[in-house]
Amino acid sequence: MFRKPALITFITAGDPNVKATLDFMLTLDKYSDVIELGIPFSDPMADGKAIQKANVRALKAGTRVRDVFNLVREFREYSDTPVVLMTYYNPVYRRGVERFVAEAKENGANAMIVVDLPLEEAGEYLNVCEKYDMGTVFLAAPNTPDDRLRMIDEASSAFVYLISLYGTTGAREKLSQLAFDLLKRAKRICSKPLAVGFGVSKAEHVRELVKAGADGVVVGSAIVDIIGKYGEDAIDPLEEKLKELRSGLIF
Amino acid sequence: MKFGEFGGQFVPEVLIPPLKELEKAYNELKDDEEFKSELDYYLRNYAGRPTPLYFAKNLTEKLGGAKIYLKREDLLHSGAHKINNTIGQALLAKKMGKNRLIAETGAGQHGVATAIAGALLGLKVEVYMGAEDVERQKMNVFRMKLLGAEVIPVHSGSKTLKDAINEALRDWVATFEYTHYLIGSVVGPHPYPTMVRDFQSVIGRETKRQILEIEGALPDVIVACVGGGSNAIGIFHPFIEDRSVRLIGVEAAGKGIETGKHSASLCAGEKGVLHGMLSYFLQDEDGQIATTHSIAAGLDYPGVGPEHAWLKESGRAEYVAVTDDQALKAFVELSKTEGILPALESAHALAYAMEIAKEMSKDEIVVVNLSGRGDKDLGIVMEALTCSASRL
Ligand SMILES: Cc1ncc(COP(=O)(O)O)c(C=O)c1O
Repeated sequence: MFRKPALITFITAGDPNVKATLDFMLTLDKYSDVIELGIPFSDPMADGKAIQKANVRALKAGTRVRDVFNLVREFREYSDTPVVLMTYYNPVYRRGVERFVAEAKENGANAMIVVDLPLEEAGEYLNVCEKYDMGTVFLAAPNTPDDRLRMIDEASSAFVYLISLYGTTGAREKLSQLAFDLLKRAKRICSKPLAVGFGVSKAEHVRELVKAGADGVVVGSAIVDIIGKYGEDAIDPLEEKLKELRSGLIF
Repeated sequence: MKFGEFGGQFVPEVLIPPLKELEKAYNELKDDEEFKSELDYYLRNYAGRPTPLYFAKNLTEKLGGAKIYLKREDLLHSGAHKINNTIGQALLAKKMGKNRLIAETGAGQHGVATAIAGALLGLKVEVYMGAEDVERQKMNVFRMKLLGAEVIPVHSGSKTLKDAINEALRDWVATFEYTHYLIGSVVGPHPYPTMVRDFQSVIGRETKRQILEIEGALPDVIVACVGGGSNAIGIFHPFIEDRSVRLIGVEAAGKGIETGKHSASLCAGEKGVLHGMLSYFLQDEDGQIATTHSIAAGLDYPGVGPEHAWLKESGRAEYVAVTDDQALKAFVELSKTEGILPALESAHALAYAMEIAKEMSKDEIVVVNLSGRGDKDLGIVMEALTCSASRL
């Protein structure tokens, strides 16, 4: 689904409002190979402080699931860059899995990540995604055993998302050795592209991961932090950060 | 393992291995004679089991209907049923080689019960508590600290119980190698709802033995309050096959279901997925979880254990809701007629039991699970009653 190595950037839809998000997406688009768009949720239990706060800001601004779909549709007027929706399962379940996936697809989303939907619970979801040709991305963690990693690879039609550490999302100073160990294992076992995320916040991190063989690198909190700080005026500092991150792909 | 379609393991991938480890350890230990006798030893000699099944003669006579029995979980050490579960899980954690316990707490009852179990068994305890609850429940915060636990205020989201669970899960994702997450009710991903039910089922097993001894018959109705649902499932479970026994769970209707200020997830919620389980939740059309209200902090949770969702769906149990005011009245009534101050949570069950007992015949039997004592609620009750002094 993407050119390798890829820079994958994440923001939360509706933070600080839906209109600003479209502008941010267009900025991200200049430097990113894939855009991950988070659907705001009241209880983001896999997220650290930065993205939690982004969720609160987006919900306070009144962002609805319908708005996120519209946002993707509007973005499609400007760009073909793949958009991956990142969501918790309840908004999907509540809307009805089929209706959610169909609407997401119709509005131009290319793939979905459902943070709290492990393989065991994903039967219906997988069938529906196949039916609507929606790309799937499952997560794997440093403690995911080899046989599960194999199953995750099979179920992920777009790419496999490798979690670099034990913990929640959030910018970290240094990459953990766990990230490199997992990447090495995944390269042996998986056939799909491998993207590494959680904690990645600097060009240097991007470079190290790409050197170690990552097909894609995901940056979320480091970008969301900038939006948290500058709000609607985040475009310039965002560009600066994106340029820096992008430079990590070249060596 | 699921309850019909309910339950499951809706968690981030990183938690799948620790949940499998927990399930394996629990399955190995639950039938282990040494583990069972150790647990039994502490429940008996430390927590104060068995608890009495008390015939509430004065209340029964006053209402003039069915015989009302109270299962006195309020007499347990710590003052509530929560300790049945915390001692069980803390022992399990110790056997698994985890030296740190984390827990969520709303009013602080489960936090206190976890701190007690940690002190007893020499485990480090950290309790996540919504910042608002820390403010509202200063005494329990102090209690936990005295017991050697650390209390971590949670400032995210609505700053209450559901956010404390989110924060505990965030901790566990990073620390599972040496930490056991000691969940306080029959909620969360599998195996928690089953495991916590098993630890709490001692309530129902005793009740059955006791009522057969006293009355030579099973009760006609069992009533329990439902927050997450652990005291209710604990007393219901051993009676599920006894089809003649009506099982009634009482949720918190708060200021009235129609006001939206309540926490009656089974009576007014929709199916959804949160905290690792498919169950009923109070939520909006987008699946955003609602904020809740109850005068009883222990009932103030937007979801409910998956086995209750299943018991409701299958029709084996019934679920009703009782308002803050009704619960307060029952609190006062039991204090005056029987000399027992019930927890506000338990007062919900009592309020409904009093309602139906009146309409039943004198040879019928109603058992109420008196899940906790009311001392912790005196501040709240005092405030509520001075607002409407006429109730005294
Ligand atoms: C005395 C008492 N009863 C009931 C509850 C509600 O929990 P559950 O529904 O799990 O029994 C609590 C929770 O704190 C409690 O303290």
